Amino acid sequence: MTTGAAKVSRRGLLGGGIGVGAVAGVAGAFVAGRGTADEDAAAAVVSSYAFRGERQAGIVTPAQDRLHFVALDVTTEDRDELIGLLQQWTEAAERMTQGGSAGPVGPVRGATDVPPDDTGEAIGLPASRLTITFGFGPTLFRTTDGKDRFGIADQRPEALEPLPHFRGDIDDPARSGGDICIQACADDPQVAVHAIRNLVRMGFGVTAVRWSQLGFGRTSTTSTSQSTPRNLFGFKDGTANVKAEEAQALAEHVWVGKDDDQASGWLTGGSYLVTRRINMTIEVWDRQPLGDQEQFVGRTKDAGAPLSGGDEFTDPDFELPGRSGPIIPTDAHVRIVHPDQNDGARMLRRGYNFVDGSDDIGGLNAGLFFIAYVRDPRTHFIPVQRQMASSDALMEYLKFTGSALFAVPPGVAAGEYVGQGLFG
Amino acid sequence: MRKTLLASLATLAVVPALAACTENASPDSESGDARTLAVASTKDACDVSAKTAPAGTISFDVSNTGSDVTEFYLLAEDGLRIVGEVENIGPSLTKTLTVTVPEGEYVTACKPGMVGEGIRADFKVTSSDEKVTVSADEAELIEQATNNYRAYVQDQTSQLLVKTKEFVELYKAGDSDDEARALYPVAREHWERIETVAESFGDLDPKMDAREADVDFAAGEKWTGWHAIEKDLWPARAEKYAAWTPEERATYADDLLANTVELDKRVQATGTGALEYPLDAIANGSRGLLEEVATGKVTGEEEFWSRTDLWDFQANVDGARIAFEGVQPVLETKNAELAEQLTTRFTELNELLDGHRKGDGFVYYDELTKDDVDQLAAAVNTLSEPLSHLTAAVVS
Repeated sequence: MTTGAAKVSRRGLLGGGIGVGAVAGVAGAFVAGRGTADEDAAAAVVSSYAFRGERQAGIVTPAQDRLHFVALDVTTEDRDELIGLLQQWTEAAERMTQGGSAGPVGPVRGATDVPPDDTGEAIGLPASRLTITFGFGPTLFRTTDGKDRFGIADQRPEALEPLPHFRGDIDDPARSGGDICIQACADDPQVAVHAIRNLVRMGFGVTAVRWSQLGFGRTSTTSTSQSTPRNLFGFKDGTANVKAEEAQALAEHVWVGKDDDQASGWLTGGSYLVTRRINMTIEVWDRQPLGDQEQFVGRTKDAGAPLSGGDEFTDPDFELPGRSGPIIPTDAHVRIVHPDQNDGARMLRRGYNFVDGSDDIGGLNAGLFFIAYVRDPRTHFIPVQRQMASSDALMEYLKFTGSALFAVPPGVAAGEYVGQGLFG
Repeated sequence: MRKTLLASLATLAVVPALAACTENASPDSESGDARTLAVASTKDACDVSAKTAPAGTISFDVSNTGSDVTEFYLLAEDGLRIVGEVENIGPSLTKTLTVTVPEGEYVTACKPGMVGEGIRADFKVTSSDEKVTVSADEAELIEQATNNYRAYVQDQTSQLLVKTKEFVELYKAGDSDDEARALYPVAREHWERIETVAESFGDLDPKMDAREADVDFAAGEKWTGWHAIEKDLWPARAEKYAAWTPEERATYADDLLANTVELDKRVQATGTGALEYPLDAIANGSRGLLEEVATGKVTGEEEFWSRTDLWDFQANVDGARIAFEGVQPVLETKNAELAEQLTTRFTELNELLDGHRKGDGFVYYDELTKDDVDQLAAAVNTLSEPLSHLTAAVVS
């Protein structure tokens, strides 16, 4: 559902169509030549998404083009302070997703002798289809040294365990885990950054930033109305994603069911969020012959068709023999992570490309910030990642530099705050 | 890169038995289009957009409009010798065969279903101002390259075996750790020189050369091999590390030696079990060794505990250079400029490495300044870029 201008518009624009048009210009180079600008424009007719609803926005919402993701640690042991912050965040998120300000007053209307309750960089910008999605990490329920700070340890979902170390993971605690996460997605990076910056600011004294990640160029489609974008390997990514229109598949693979976990009914209708920061060794990849690249991925670079033929959305034929072995190689990415090879497990992927400048030796510090929403990480993520780590041809060009798991509560009803089912 | 050296006959067939060397390959706009042909491969037809093309570099864009996997071949007049081929074209996909051919009579063939002799037609290559000369001794050059490279790999694994034996004795003794530490990088050089061949044994490589991060402990995997022993010999950077008992040392040492014996056995095998070293695999191996440098050695990630990355670095470069020099005579006949450029850049990288020598070996990785590492990384990129074109050039 959409709303028009918010009550308190920080931006002096009614509706967001104009702004979205401007964003399409930013992505223009990317869209050019795909002949699908129309589809993207169709998704862009919507100018804002409601914050409240049955589910949190930002999961099946058609993936926006920009991301700012933050993981926070809770620094207080006071349950009421934490609840107070969740209430404050809920109100702020509701305002900002409708194009309003972070605080109730706004960037320029307050007293001149105090700092404004909104930082101001979004003045004049439309809602830009901003969504703000909250999740809770395992350490919120029990710290690594076993402490139950907020009296919620007995409600920790069984599946909410820190992800194990997988082969090829470069474990960096400073880039992994977190008590709480906030995912802000928008069509305008300034809007996404504004949201996270202001939410983090509200949290000082209760939360502190553990790590954060900026992303651009969504690498997945979450709606059939969207065309498939490309990751930094230059290949289409997310062709076989679970889509918003597949209600049955969402119920089966994405939403936590009411009987999934007796101890944590508060998570029913929610989901689990896996994040993995995947660095690509870009320079080495770029030296691979085209034919090899296609063999590693199992799809053509041009159309994204499986090597067994057809077009992008043709099902791969893993049995089809080629000259030496199957035509889709046994270690091709598309085969390794395919539901057929993983007990039917599917994920709703919502990742983004990232470029964080250059690394120590002048290479691009770049890759894919992988985000997946799944019903149960133990069945829908860990086995697939393990399979990938042990036999995927792409592993040669990847380094996993961050890893986290969060439980994402269901949507926020009128009069509620996010996570109320857990704390209320 | 694809980690396979065990060539099938089909792979071998890719190596043309005759060289075609282009001179003055200036793009000639008039005949440029005449050298780009479309091929439509259907269930029962093989439509080539023209029956003739001017001598030079010709491209066939092969579209598969049938429902089976297809292949396309350009054969010599005798219908036997393969001049060029493109395999594994799935239904509704297109692949391109680019091949340099002199004037003469040829045969085109589509092979829907990849069986039989295919749907054939005569094809004529007419004379043009692109001089394409054929050197008859290429087959000999290729054979020489293959034999030399095989001999090199066999020599390295047998040296690896000798030094590994010596190393595990020192390590098991318990009172000669300093000697073991000194021999560690020296023994590993023989592994690193042929790393792309060693890695092609998917069962041995993880047991012998895995780094700690490569092991999935949660799935019950065990960490064995060189780097596990390395950590035990250089525990300084480890947290809460418990040194191994003499029994544990013996277990890990014997395991490493047993795997090395097995590796050497496979490399020395003759007859049906013999490894094949087709030209493209040798050239790919050269590129692959530089990739190893770029992703592990130059960043100091390979020898995390011992800091002996530069020994590995030099050994990878040695192996890459030997592989390149093996195919160099073939490359000279096809792209002399690339051959010269690669020779120069190997030399420059080696000179840079020479600056970090100390005694019989090298300085440790953490003795390098940021500037040193930047220079090495830049030199690796400088060499790797042209090297990524080596395979295509030698098999063209």
